[in-house]
Amino acid sequence: MTGAAQPRALPFQLRGNTYTMMVLKLIDPGHPEFDDMLRTKIMQAPNFFRYAPIVIDLEEIADTEFDFNGLRARLYDLALVPVGVQGGAPEMQMVALRAGLTVIPAARTPQPMNVARAKPEAAPAAAEPTPAAAPVPAPEPEPRGATLIVTEPVRSGRQIYAPRGDLIVMAPVSQGAELVADGNIHVYSTLRGRALAGVAGDTQARIFVQSLDAELVSVAGFYRISEDIEPALRRKPVQVWLDGNVIRMDPLG
Amino acid sequence: MAKIIVMTSGKGGVGKTTSSAAFSTGLALRGFRTCVVDFDVGLRNLDLIMGCERRVVFDFINVINGEAKLNQALIKDKRLENLFILPTSQTRDKDALTKEGVERVMEELKADFDYILCDSPAGIERGALMALYFADHAIVVTNPEVSSVRDSDRILGVLQAKSRRAELGLDPVQEHLLLTRYDAERVERGDMLNVKDVQEILSIPLLGVIPESPAVLKASNVGQPVTLDDKSNAGQAYRDAVGRFLGEDIEHKFLKPEKKGLLDRILRRSA
Repeated sequence: MTGAAQPRALPFQLRGNTYTMMVLKLIDPGHPEFDDMLRTKIMQAPNFFRYAPIVIDLEEIADTEFDFNGLRARLYDLALVPVGVQGGAPEMQMVALRAGLTVIPAARTPQPMNVARAKPEAAPAAAEPTPAAAPVPAPEPEPRGATLIVTEPVRSGRQIYAPRGDLIVMAPVSQGAELVADGNIHVYSTLRGRALAGVAGDTQARIFVQSLDAELVSVAGFYRISEDIEPALRRKPVQVWLDGNVIRMDPLG
Repeated sequence: MAKIIVMTSGKGGVGKTTSSAAFSTGLALRGFRTCVVDFDVGLRNLDLIMGCERRVVFDFINVINGEAKLNQALIKDKRLENLFILPTSQTRDKDALTKEGVERVMEELKADFDYILCDSPAGIERGALMALYFADHAIVVTNPEVSSVRDSDRILGVLQAKSRRAELGLDPVQEHLLLTRYDAERVERGDMLNVKDVQEILSIPLLGVIPESPAVLKASNVGQPVTLDDKSNAGQAYRDAVGRFLGEDIEHKFLKPEKKGLLDRILRRSA
């Protein structure tokens, strides 16, 4: 890589991230139609739930003897991936831990949630952003970096990274070039390469482009490739933002 | 002050060597003392295109290694007083190009010439990097075709990052776009990118558009740079490009298909 690419010597990156996950609160797991009723619920949005990480809330379960592993297997059958439990008696939490799930401190208050960390081994689809793994719209506050302003054309093969800040480019960005920022990305010219905003997980990050012809745009790990960009927005001023877990692209001006 | 020009492209087969031969010939025709240097170590071709392949004794690598003096390796063109060729080695590879060695040869050439034109190999590896490292000007040879445009874009990025001027923080290398093998008819049909598209993507000044022409292949095969062909439009286009390089304001020709008369068409069709 040439130019302003940040050297990354380590073969990995270890950092905190936040996710929202579905919480399955058990009220009566012994209900004879439990599975069918859950399946009906899931079928309303099968893609949304497919391989979705699930936290099982055991708060309401008084019976410490209930068949936890059996429930886990049934959830897998519904293509849900239990990653942790919250609440419940210590005995049940031990059963969950032994089954490879994490115990998440229960967040009872509706205010800023103490959000769970997804366990990579428990989330097979974690490499790709699954529809259900929507990041929380309140990232951990980090000191903001300076805005990086680029006035030269960004050529193919070049990667420019603005750590903890915004990236402003005032010249064309070629196919095969990559703009990466922890904050927002502005391109006051034609974007033909890739732009990845909020790469550290900031779901509020946006991309503003004067003329959109991008190979890929991404906010906080959610992305849209060139093929899926509406033809009506091509070569038009566009902003890209994240609405829940969907990339939105709106014309500007 | 001598200027170093690199003829580069990233992609192979777009016409770097042909353009190096034609452009250096054009500069010499204008009276400038010009040397054209072949950086494509191991794939020596410039000598053929320049028609001096039978007179190669020593080469660029010999000079770098101190096995020959520069004067022994330089070949004087038979047609033009001011034109010299520094051929490369066919038996060595690009690793023979050391930065110190190339710098020494460039400095020596600068003392004796007005223009030094470096004919770059394809790629973005050592040979290409050495060819562009010392450049003051870069002529980026591009075909009106998407992969060529992308590779040109890449090499422009390399110029901005890895040239001597970039490393020392001097004024950037001056970039010029030379669009070759331009077939105006195919552009009109939409089979080829047009000048505007290419220029918009690369956003560098246009030095010239060389039309696709049978005269170019013929010129290569007989070892006579096409610039010397008074009748071909490609030769004319190269001469104009040289003029623009020297700061003259010359209108771009050959951007539109030639208008054919009725007789022309009948003859062409029956031919």
